[in-house]
Amino acid sequence: MRKLSISEALREAMVQEMRKNPNIILMGEDVGLFNGAFNVSNGMLNEFGPKRVWDTPISEAGFMGMGIGAALTGLRPIIEFQYADFMFCAMDQIVNEASKLRLMSGGQACVPIVMRAPQGSTGRAAQHSQSVEAYFMHTPGLFIALPSTPYDAKGLMTRAMRMNDPVMILEHKLLYGSASPGGGKALSDSTISEIGSDVPEEQYEIPFGKADIKRTGKDVTIIATLMMVHRSLAVAADLEKEGISCEVIDPRTLVPLDEDTLLSSAKKTNRVVVVSEDISRGGVTAELSALIMDKAFDYLDAPVVRIAADNTPIPFGPAAEKRVIPQIEDIKKAVYKVLED
Amino acid sequence: MSYKKPEEVTTPIELGGYDKSFLKLLLLRMVRAREFEEQLYYLFLTTKMPGTMHQATGQEAVAVGVASALRTDDYVTSTHRGHAHCIAKDVPLDVMMAEMFAKRNGVCKGMGGSMHLCDFSRGMLGAFGIVGAGIPIATGAALSSVVKGTTQVAVSFFGDGAINEGVFHESLNMAALWKLPVVYVIENNQYALSMSNDMVSAVTDLSSRGCSYGIPGVKADGNNVTAVYSAAKLAIEKARNGGGPTILECITYRIRGHARFEPAEYRNKAEVEEWEKFDPIKRFKEAALSGGFFSELELESIEKQVEEEIVSAVNFANSGEEVGAEDYLQYIFETASESAGNQ
Repeated sequence: MRKLSISEALREAMVQEMRKNPNIILMGEDVGLFNGAFNVSNGMLNEFGPKRVWDTPISEAGFMGMGIGAALTGLRPIIEFQYADFMFCAMDQIVNEASKLRLMSGGQACVPIVMRAPQGSTGRAAQHSQSVEAYFMHTPGLFIALPSTPYDAKGLMTRAMRMNDPVMILEHKLLYGSASPGGGKALSDSTISEIGSDVPEEQYEIPFGKADIKRTGKDVTIIATLMMVHRSLAVAADLEKEGISCEVIDPRTLVPLDEDTLLSSAKKTNRVVVVSEDISRGGVTAELSALIMDKAFDYLDAPVVRIAADNTPIPFGPAAEKRVIPQIEDIKKAVYKVLED
Repeated sequence: MSYKKPEEVTTPIELGGYDKSFLKLLLLRMVRAREFEEQLYYLFLTTKMPGTMHQATGQEAVAVGVASALRTDDYVTSTHRGHAHCIAKDVPLDVMMAEMFAKRNGVCKGMGGSMHLCDFSRGMLGAFGIVGAGIPIATGAALSSVVKGTTQVAVSFFGDGAINEGVFHESLNMAALWKLPVVYVIENNQYALSMSNDMVSAVTDLSSRGCSYGIPGVKADGNNVTAVYSAAKLAIEKARNGGGPTILECITYRIRGHARFEPAEYRNKAEVEEWEKFDPIKRFKEAALSGGFFSELELESIEKQVEEEIVSAVNFANSGEEVGAEDYLQYIFETASESAGNQ
């Protein structure tokens, strides 16, 4: 099978579906002429022309709102935000409009819109490094996918373009596998595993709400998303040498959440570590550990351990950024801790 | 704080040159909007109705004049003060009334209420409770029309308060840049809750707000339904023919408070009384009678028809089932099981 990067997989998903469905358009800053800030839409303006690929002004709230208007009237817009941090400029349109219209209209409105945005820390400091999933997990009416592998990226993106509700695809900059312009090798990470980089050429869908067990194990369950999936896999490989068997589960979509897969793993291993790159307070790890306490408490041999970013804006200095974001060593310590009791 | 006086901004009502049936439709729609809200106000006072509402008393000519220049498949976005826009776009009174009563037979199944009325079968994409939020959404509907190659036009109604929101400017820029078929109707009722326009806007000539984007601005007497109609018609046809966006400022006056039970004590009674003399329905009737377009009897029969429609709408609403406690589960996502999985 072919190996693709996440950015190639996302592009292939978009291109294949856009060839079939003339109602899909792509809008965003620098998505056309410049091929996207992370090269995800490379060549798409050439293939589809300016009525399908819209280079917008820097007006996130404006073009997000326009995407909603287009979605309400028969199109299926893909809105690319250049950085996930910039989505906050469009917060009203995402939270108050796109996500609420179906309910407010008593089911008349259908908002088939896909929002794509790169997130995660890559040395770009506080306003280009956030992980935003918790803000949007808190927004009812919105689906959220976080592809950690090229295979997942293509399948989730293909599924997203066929759904009839707003979907947010949060992509990790370090996982794209292609450099940002001028960024060179800065965007690679030696711990990224090759899992899922074999991608079929034909179209396929990955259903939302279906977690993927990236590695099976019996002693500890590690639940992680995006970059943390890869760091957890590295930890699992390391600990295997010490005789500790870790199961690594990637929920792939936070909304809807595949509770069954997470809970049955928790009930099997009786020990759970939850890892996420978003900040700890009010974050994904808080939600997931509460779920496990709520529904699998009697099976646990130790309290759930959560590992997430510190409650701080992401600092610029590399040593500080490294300290704030969960590293392999942090995850490893968490596994030892959950095994203590 | 100052306001625009009616004698400075109103123009004579011209009824010549229109079909009588069209003139009747204009009046019918205005009276429907007025009486619908009067009925709502009464029902609120007698505590028969939940929620809140914002009345457009005295502003009906804006909604009716603009919407009467649109096709059924043209798109409209509206505001928290949106009943008149819906009625002007021919959303049936019975399902609107049922929605106000939070009934299952309401146009939004009792899920939206006054501030979120919409009817997609009539191009009514929604009243938006967030000021300015409908502006980019209408602009996107216009983009849709360009992408699909249809001739549909989008109209966004919003108030003088909304022009200070960022999305107003972002939308104007993109609409002008891409020559989108959209008309921005500023329903200048002179107040954003307690703020008269001169207290919150550095430039009070609102129709000129488009000049940074090369969008022409037109002014119309917002209490003069045919003046609004003819200005809107020009702007809409221009948009339909690829001529790009227009800003249409309709100057009117908010006779009532901002919302129900809000007495608007921040302004003078005299000011309100002065504007009440220029009531758009009253002026239309006077012009219709003095010009010999309608007889007293004909005008009365229009009033009577609307009265009956309102009674029947209230009966329809009363006959509807109450919203069930778990009805909302089917409206969060397309698939109810996905909704249920995310509680």
